[in-house]
Amino acid sequence: MKNAPSIDDQVEMYRKMIACRRVEEAFGTLSKEGRTRGPIHRCDGQEAVGIGATAMLTDEDYITSTHRGHAHYIGKGVDIYGISAEILGRKTGLCGGRAGHMLIADPAKGMIGGNAIVGAGIPAATGMALSNQILKNGRVAMTLFGDGSSQTGIWHESMNMAALWKLPVVFVLEHNEYGLTVHSDRQGSTKDISERAASYGIPTEIVDGNDALAVYRAVSTMVERARRGEGPGFVECKTYRWEGFSTSDMGGYQDPEVIAEWKKRDPIKIAYDQLVGEVGAEKLDQIERDTSADVRDAIERALADPLPEFEICNYTAPYSGEVH
Amino acid sequence: MAKLRYAEALNIALREEMTRDPSVFLFGEDIGTYGGVFKVSKGLLEEFGDQRVRDTPISEQALTAMAVSAAMTGTRPVLEIMYADFLPLSLDALVNQASIYEYIWKEKVQMPFVLRTQGGGGAGAGAQHSKALDVLVAHIPGLQVVAPVTPADARGLLKAAIRDPRPVIFLEHKLLYNMRGEVDLDSEGLVEIGKARTVQPGTDVSIFATSKMVIDAEKAAELLAKDGISAEVIDLRSLRPLDLGAIKASIAKTNHAVVVNEGWRFCGYAAELSATIMDHAFDELDAPVERVTLPDMPIPYSETLEASVLPNAEKIAAAAKKTLA
Ligand SMILES: Cc1ncc(C[n+]2csc(CCOP(=O)(O)OP(=O)(O)O)c2C)c(N)n1
Ligand SMILES: [Mg+2]
Repeated sequence: MKNAPSIDDQVEMYRKMIACRRVEEAFGTLSKEGRTRGPIHRCDGQEAVGIGATAMLTDEDYITSTHRGHAHYIGKGVDIYGISAEILGRKTGLCGGRAGHMLIADPAKGMIGGNAIVGAGIPAATGMALSNQILKNGRVAMTLFGDGSSQTGIWHESMNMAALWKLPVVFVLEHNEYGLTVHSDRQGSTKDISERAASYGIPTEIVDGNDALAVYRAVSTMVERARRGEGPGFVECKTYRWEGFSTSDMGGYQDPEVIAEWKKRDPIKIAYDQLVGEVGAEKLDQIERDTSADVRDAIERALADPLPEFEICNYTAPYSGEVH
Repeated sequence: MAKLRYAEALNIALREEMTRDPSVFLFGEDIGTYGGVFKVSKGLLEEFGDQRVRDTPISEQALTAMAVSAAMTGTRPVLEIMYADFLPLSLDALVNQASIYEYIWKEKVQMPFVLRTQGGGGAGAGAQHSKALDVLVAHIPGLQVVAPVTPADARGLLKAAIRDPRPVIFLEHKLLYNMRGEVDLDSEGLVEIGKARTVQPGTDVSIFATSKMVIDAEKAAELLAKDGISAEVIDLRSLRPLDLGAIKASIAKTNHAVVVNEGWRFCGYAAELSATIMDHAFDELDAPVERVTLPDMPIPYSETLEASVLPNAEKIAAAAKKTLA
């Protein structure tokens, strides 16, 4: 089928979803134990979006991410040890401990980057697409963002310019029903946010965000269009946030029954069921064991790493020439 | 007297003013059902209903402009902007709207709104959630800017800000919310905007600070006392209007000044304080004013890095000694 990933691609998505889940669980525990700096924004249950949406991209394509970006980074091929060390503020982190858990970037992998100003990644990817169009480099820019960030003004400004100029940008909405503690029904006036994108003349599709295959198919159609110079696309992935806003969320506003319902539709289980007939339980279980061990090793290694030493930043200094 | 957390004192102030004046309303992200991410508006939705306590979408730019115009038309909005780092999104409404209309429209309008926000580092929140951007708002003629450190001042200044006929930017600090202090709930407790407070008297050097920096200044004064130096700590409380009289009186006594601000150094609030002292108290000074600020660079995340850039008691004490050297 057109826009269907190969079995190998699907297995790789499965592996990355497992890896991401293990990262979420490990940092959830570390955060509880007070061993992380600041809270962690977990994406358990949402892995299919970040991993399914980025699976067809190359290192040359760009993505912008959010404060809840682990699946996006891992999907884009960023190294889990480097991510972990950065979250832990280690010298060996991808950004040497300067960026931290919400602002990680890995330009070599086209991941630029995490962003904790809600909505800011949307015009950022649109600008990258502008640069791609001018350079005629065939690259695509993708932004992954939330339902909450879809309420910002820059969301609309970006949609308009992306459509107006036919920019090679793909908008991937990770709709997990919450913007911090407020339900999307109480933040937005339309049921489906993609209706608004459609009103700018952008092709849209709504998919089950817990089904990596469905995400892949819808997004890859948009990516191919964008690559051909036919302009932006918008995919609304419906999913749900299992673990609260962050590890410092005091809760009390999400219905436990709704959470339980969504947990039955675990994206990892859905992917497993799609693959097991083709590759067999034994291989999938082996992947799970190996990947879990790899993640554990990466995080343990990161935990043992040293903290960075401070050096003043000279290029942001306000004086020209040598200053003493 | 009650021993209250800073967040509780703010909560009480909001409740008191909403009870007193039905035109006061609150809006902002996550302030309703959740009671605010720092729990400042806890219980107020239940008490005052969803017309007057509104959860909003993530739309700071429009929200701030709406606060300005709502204030112009009969209500007294109190808008919460979750982090001071998001103030840049509010700036057009503040710089090009709120600050100009009363003057250019010949005092035929007023805009009695309060924008509450919190800034500052020390929580490992990274480069987009740790800044003290006091100077962005203190720079603007037409705005008033306050930054209390004690729970009593938090309550008293918030009440005064809500009653004030002009815009007030109310700066809180994320590390203050859980700090406790005495609050006299039997009195109105209003604190006049524009009045500094002597935290501790001294004779050798004056240390001027606001918000959480006052606590660091107090610790610095303890360190200095061990070396036989008597530091006077002044909590300015209000960044604009600034209590110049209190500054001059203190320097007249000590002849030495240290100014502390958690923002950047270049064009920063401490630079303004320093220049103001030069303008108005140069003859009283025995040494140049020392500034303690953040260095001119983004705030890094990792513990060791963040701790290196933030002002602290040791840095303040060292600056005080430098003025006396
Ligand atoms: C400009 C701005 N406003 C507010 C916030 C505080 N904040 C952080 S995440 C968030 C909710 C974002 O919701 P959504 O985009 O749906 O992402 P999710 O957390 O669901 O992944 C809010 C309000 C922020 N970081 N930036
Ligand atoms: Mg969301």
